Amino acid sequence: MVTFILNDETISTGRPSGYSLLDFIRYDMGLTGTRTGCREGDCGACTVLVGTRKGDSVSYSSAVSCLMPLVNAHGRHIVTVEGINTGNISAVQRAIVDHSATQCGFCTPGIVMSLTAESLAARKTTPESAVASVSGNICRCTGYKSIEKAAAVIASALAGKPASDPVSWLVDRGELPAYFLSIAERLSLISPLPPEPAGVRGIAGGTDLMVQKADLLAETGTVTFLEREELKGITADSGRCVIGAAVTVSELGRSGLLKRHIPDLESYMQLIASEPVRNMATIGGNIVNASPIGDMSVMLLALNADATITDGRQERRVPLKNLFLAYKKLDIREGEYLKNITFPCSDDPPLFSFEKVSRRTHLDIASVNSAISLRINGDTIGECHLSAGGVSPVPLCLKKTASFLTGRQINAETLLQANEVIREEISPISDVRGSKEYKRLLLRQLFIAHFLKLFPRRLNLKIYEL
Amino acid sequence: MNNPDIISHTTGRSQYLDDIPVLKNTLYGVIFSSPSPHGKITDLDLSAALAVPGVRRIFTFEDIPGKNDIGGVISDETLFAVDEVHYRGQPVALVVAETEQTARKAVQLINIVISEMEPVTDPREAAAKGLFLIPSRTFRMGDVAAAWDACEHIFEGRADTGGQEHLYLETQGAYSYPSDKGCIRIHSSTQGPTLVQKIAARVLALPMNHVEVDVARLGGAFGGKEDQATFVAVMAALAASLLQMPVKITLSRGDDMRMTGKRHPYSADYRIGLTGDYRIMAYQVVMYQNGGAAADLSPAIMERTLFHSTNAYFIPNTEVTVHSCRTNLPPNTAFRGFGAPQGMFMIEAAIARAASELKIPARIIQQANFLKENDMFQYGQVAMDVNIGKCFTALNKEFEIDRIEKEIAEFNSRRTIYRKGMALMPVCFGVSFTNTSMNHARALVHIYQDGSIGISTGAVEMGQGVNTRLARVAAAAFSVAPARIRIETTNTTRVANTSPTAASTGADLNGNALLIAAGKLTGRLKEVASQLLNCAPADVSLQEEKVLVNGEQTELTWEKLVREAFLMRVALSETGHYATPVIYFDKTLEKGHPFIYHVYGTAVFTVLLDCLRGRYSIEKVLLVHDFGNSVNPDLDMGQVEGGIVQGIGWMTMEEVAFSKDGRMLTDSLSTYKVPDIYSAPAVIDCRALGTKGPKFALLSSKAIGEPPFMYGIGAFFALQNAIRAFNPAWTPDFDAPLTPEKVLMRLYDRNNQ
Repeated sequence: MVTFILNDETISTGRPSGYSLLDFIRYDMGLTGTRTGCREGDCGACTVLVGTRKGDSVSYSSAVSCLMPLVNAHGRHIVTVEGINTGNISAVQRAIVDHSATQCGFCTPGIVMSLTAESLAARKTTPESAVASVSGNICRCTGYKSIEKAAAVIASALAGKPASDPVSWLVDRGELPAYFLSIAERLSLISPLPPEPAGVRGIAGGTDLMVQKADLLAETGTVTFLEREELKGITADSGRCVIGAAVTVSELGRSGLLKRHIPDLESYMQLIASEPVRNMATIGGNIVNASPIGDMSVMLLALNADATITDGRQERRVPLKNLFLAYKKLDIREGEYLKNITFPCSDDPPLFSFEKVSRRTHLDIASVNSAISLRINGDTIGECHLSAGGVSPVPLCLKKTASFLTGRQINAETLLQANEVIREEISPISDVRGSKEYKRLLLRQLFIAHFLKLFPRRLNLKIYEL
Repeated sequence: MNNPDIISHTTGRSQYLDDIPVLKNTLYGVIFSSPSPHGKITDLDLSAALAVPGVRRIFTFEDIPGKNDIGGVISDETLFAVDEVHYRGQPVALVVAETEQTARKAVQLINIVISEMEPVTDPREAAAKGLFLIPSRTFRMGDVAAAWDACEHIFEGRADTGGQEHLYLETQGAYSYPSDKGCIRIHSSTQGPTLVQKIAARVLALPMNHVEVDVARLGGAFGGKEDQATFVAVMAALAASLLQMPVKITLSRGDDMRMTGKRHPYSADYRIGLTGDYRIMAYQVVMYQNGGAAADLSPAIMERTLFHSTNAYFIPNTEVTVHSCRTNLPPNTAFRGFGAPQGMFMIEAAIARAASELKIPARIIQQANFLKENDMFQYGQVAMDVNIGKCFTALNKEFEIDRIEKEIAEFNSRRTIYRKGMALMPVCFGVSFTNTSMNHARALVHIYQDGSIGISTGAVEMGQGVNTRLARVAAAAFSVAPARIRIETTNTTRVANTSPTAASTGADLNGNALLIAAGKLTGRLKEVASQLLNCAPADVSLQEEKVLVNGEQTELTWEKLVREAFLMRVALSETGHYATPVIYFDKTLEKGHPFIYHVYGTAVFTVLLDCLRGRYSIEKVLLVHDFGNSVNPDLDMGQVEGGIVQGIGWMTMEEVAFSKDGRMLTDSLSTYKVPDIYSAPAVIDCRALGTKGPKFALLSSKAIGEPPFMYGIGAFFALQNAIRAFNPAWTPDFDAPLTPEKVLMRLYDRNNQ
């Protein structure tokens, strides 16, 4: 039985573990403030808070309930809009009212919950972070300007928020119901789920499987990878950085260890999905999903990463570039799963750049993405790894181009010649993300963008002459 | 005054269709639709689907007791396909089961065999084959043929606009159950409750008084629920009626996107002629409207395209033709602007083309041709209270267009990877249903004996704020606190024979009807007060819940007055009927006075284009809009901002894509992108043109729902100008939307070198 606290009530349900949290909330529990908009995590109308116990406190983040299998709610605190209503409206709700930041109202509870998650986050809230918190919420009515204004007011109302204990601070101010104070203790009383019998397929964040196979999961049930200790954490070990497969994209984006290797990490993460989806989606999921356009796969390819594959007893290490065999086909056998990703790390990391262009800059799948890591030896390029997505059936490691670049000087001629090598290595097709001609041109541009970004002074490149 | 729903919107207590508590034994319907764009059905095997445990019944056209006809304007559309299918997504059957999941599973087991026929998806191809939904129409003024000789410059070319998915956040849905003695009740997510009632009655072979339709509110609509909510509602009613059980249908996002029509794509061939001083002497255009497989509202949309095809310009010689083409796509339908945006895009494209050939900014031509007082619209109406020139002058004064142009030129001369572009977008939009007979509404007002007030009209609240306006009108008319007023659900048993809430007319029509009803009631209450206070009724006034005599406050309060009136057996309920005066239109001549007034405004767009990546952002939208006397500035501004961003979406990232064989490629939110918070312009600065407003507008506050949408067209032309600043070799083409893909391809287009 999946057991969790829903608002102020501890719930146990016999529903299959793969049943969506959204359906449970709306149709089993009759909490209709959480709305169904798209069932693929792209509109945010079903956003809820997920509280995870960390010792004596609970940390909250936003999640899209449509993509959350019940099993991932076990032992957690799930909060819907009904669960934050105190009788008086909160500062978040007041700001929306004061700025007429709602028209039809259908998306509004989702926006309220995203902003409430931001209020509860154990960090300073700025106008920018408040806007970022609703970046996964589509509103088709307002044009967002009123929502931006409300977000700014909310940020200033949160100016005094202590990062140490935002929950008590908000409860003290009457912004959150008092029952939030006893949640940590109540969560500690929920026992972990017993191990499932072998043969049940596992799920991690669910942000892709729940889009593709929700009906099947709702019937058959699933087990979660999220709670396995060996899949968690980002550590440095004998010259390699180790990222557990169940690390979420949000955790990755906040990792100090990774930021040392990728200084612009946080801004790159803003280009991937949306806040609630990043809170749920895992690195492992993004890789084993095997999408030819996976953002994390492309970044990790350029970091020269290896995948650790295990069947629970025996482990093997596969260079990531060899993991992707064909379209949606991986070198992972029945009974095996991805344990972690490792890549070389040192005190002197190589330069790194990630580029992505999609139809909409945020919360969209790339038309083409690309990453590069390289070292410089004097005037020439040293060790170099280049990758691209959306230009072949798999996330592509551009090996020939990388070896072409090695030893050459950084100038326009090198880049244009390298682009000829790229053209040989890629095989884009025309689809809903763009025509093949566009993808070829776009990859050339992104390839140049890497260098313009990394060597703004060195490269005297007139792009309008290209 | 705030939206009366605003608190419940933020607390999640506003109830939408799927939130209505379900009755015991409620069944769930899922639609099985055609997998083929065009063909003959040779076999339909339901046996495997019927065998799924929990499936109650599967309905097809054979189960319809009345007519299998859901056409709103023209009878050319069936509820369920009979022997042929005309688009992918056309409903063929409805599976009704104990759970939605079961119904979905059963739908996948339905076996259909279709003998494929060749599909047509392109409107020009349809026209070449003679496939039209309705006869073509032409508006004419002056003598185009003769006018070309007087033109110094003549340019011609092609322009195209794409479709647009409404993407109301709440998908189409309906919940229906049998009520007393063979009657049926339908909760529908419709903008047109009367239309649903009429069609359900037709399909079920019931008189209209046996069908009750109720609408609380919609989670967005934008025109997408004017005609296309009907099939879902009627299917739920059919199943509920035949099973005598409650039946609910909520379309999944994918089904909604695949089955329902969108904004019409248009393709046009234009010819424009100018004098040496840039006066447009002649404009000739032939437009091909992609209507989809059935007429739906295409005839009326075509009409509004014709009306707005010269936008805010006076052109003495015009000939504008629209062909409404039948294709194998879902029937395209109403969407904010209703054909006007497409018509306006074409004239703006023609002007931009002329400007690029003449090597002048388009705004020189735009400014030289603004409509003036007493100019004649090509449909015969004399333009009165013309504010386009005033809007432009005010815009120039507030924001100094010359300065913006200079700043952009200076920025572009730095030759970084970025370029900027700007464009001016004037708008002139006529208010009234172009079909004169639809311009009427009614209100029903109850004053309850405790002094609270219940108001029913034909208006449907969908986020546009009509209930806010109605509540304000009522609070002012009775001079009571807003808390006393409840705007009731829209229900066909309380207010009958209504027009859909559309054409930006909801507040004007229903609000004026409400004013009439309220006037009758306050008249009677003043009569009562005069008896109680021993004075003449004319001396009595109501002010802030108090009764005044000759301006002096008395002991009599609103509550006391109502109670006394009730005891004196005075009627405390009243209806009001309003029909827009003055307007008419003669379709045989294509001339008349179809609009009660026009809304004007002018916007300047500036964009920033990353020429390395083809990515762009809309920096600023600066505009002066003619609100009339804006009674609810927050609400009006919300419509301006929302309309502009939706218009920008249509012109930039929103691309409805079909494969050659009519399969929709963009049937999810992961493939069809609408603006998110980061794609909104950094600045939308809207100033009001201070006017007192037309007397026929509700409280002189002009209609606001649709006009701002068309400002969004400016995004296209501003982007074009940014591309030209980077790639002067490129000859502008006019194929909206201008997606990042199209932008990058044009930035590096070397064909012209």
